[in-house]
Amino acid sequence: MTDYILLIVSCIFVNNILLMQYLGNCPFLGVSKRMETAVGMGMAVVFVLVMAGAITWVVNTYLLKTFHLEYLRTLAFILVIASLVQFVEMFLRKSIPALYSGLGIFLPLITTNCAVLGVCLINIMEEYSFVQTLVASFSYAVGFALALVLFAGVRERIILARVPRPLQDTSIGLVTAGMLSLAFFAFKGMV
Amino acid sequence: MAKTVVQEFTKGLWAEIPPFRLVLGLCPTLAVTKSVENGIGMGVATTFVLVCSNILISLLRNVIPKKVRIACYIVVIATFVTVVELVMQAYAYPLFLKLGIFIPLIVVNCIVLGRAEAFASKNSVVPSLADGLGIGLGFTLSLTALAMVREVLGNGTFYNIPVFGPSFQPFAFMVQAPGAFVCLGLMLCIMNILGKK
Repeated sequence: MTDYILLIVSCIFVNNILLMQYLGNCPFLGVSKRMETAVGMGMAVVFVLVMAGAITWVVNTYLLKTFHLEYLRTLAFILVIASLVQFVEMFLRKSIPALYSGLGIFLPLITTNCAVLGVCLINIMEEYSFVQTLVASFSYAVGFALALVLFAGVRERIILARVPRPLQDTSIGLVTAGMLSLAFFAFKGMV
Repeated sequence: MAKTVVQEFTKGLWAEIPPFRLVLGLCPTLAVTKSVENGIGMGVATTFVLVCSNILISLLRNVIPKKVRIACYIVVIATFVTVVELVMQAYAYPLFLKLGIFIPLIVVNCIVLGRAEAFASKNSVVPSLADGLGIGLGFTLSLTALAMVREVLGNGTFYNIPVFGPSFQPFAFMVQAPGAFVCLGLMLCIMNILGKK
């Protein structure tokens, strides 16, 4: 049990996927200008990442390893993620329109979110079991959503501040992300 | 014709230099610029994928159905990334270990997919090659520049060679995650100032 708690804490805070592992930075800067879009993107990532983590684990263990095709991992994983995203999008549109209208526009973006592929690859590299994969994927995704929402909150305030012209927009965004990353650095001593 | 090819090539070096002008592909930019060696390695790997995928997609642009084009592009890109991965594993193993997860992640580097969608799918082979080469070279240059600042300040070395005396205290913040964000943000600011003139 302690192992799982440690895994959750380390995935959410200590190895935060955005601020410590530098994965998924394009949506991080792209959709963090408003709180609602940040929440939507965060939810979409949690949703897709858990499913992608589980499916890629199964594919890797029962398909690639059995036939000694590990060198096709990158290709197989990205195909799994791309088709998964497509399926999730179609499924949501048909059956849960309310959720679709909330997550809809963020879903296609997730295919090229390197956090998703990154976490799937990390799960395999760390040789997690199936349950550990589920827990780790969920925690990484929560960490992503947390950082994204925090950052969006800060960014909404920056709009009100007077920023020097050359620093505006992405530039000040990156510097702010650096400060946020520094705050997360404090968790390093925990595990 | 010859002039436009040159233009396609040079725009990647200044007017659309990634990731400063084209704010794409930030993840590898932040992650691998701890040292100049990693930065150049990553830049060359990305350039190779970019050029090859641009050529192939431009050749196939009339064959690929519009509706499934993104999936097709991803398969093409993933194939070349696998090639790079295997080649590096065979001939540059220490670098392969250092770059680690970021080599397979070239697949989801938005620059590569972005160029395929925005350029190679609409242009013939030669301009696509020039575009890929230019953007790739620009990316390598940016990575090297950023890595230079971070390695010199954060580690006191350049390409693993010490530049300061033994009394130099490394500015460890620069090689850590927060330093990467702040450093890139400030470089973006400098680019904005330079670009205005």
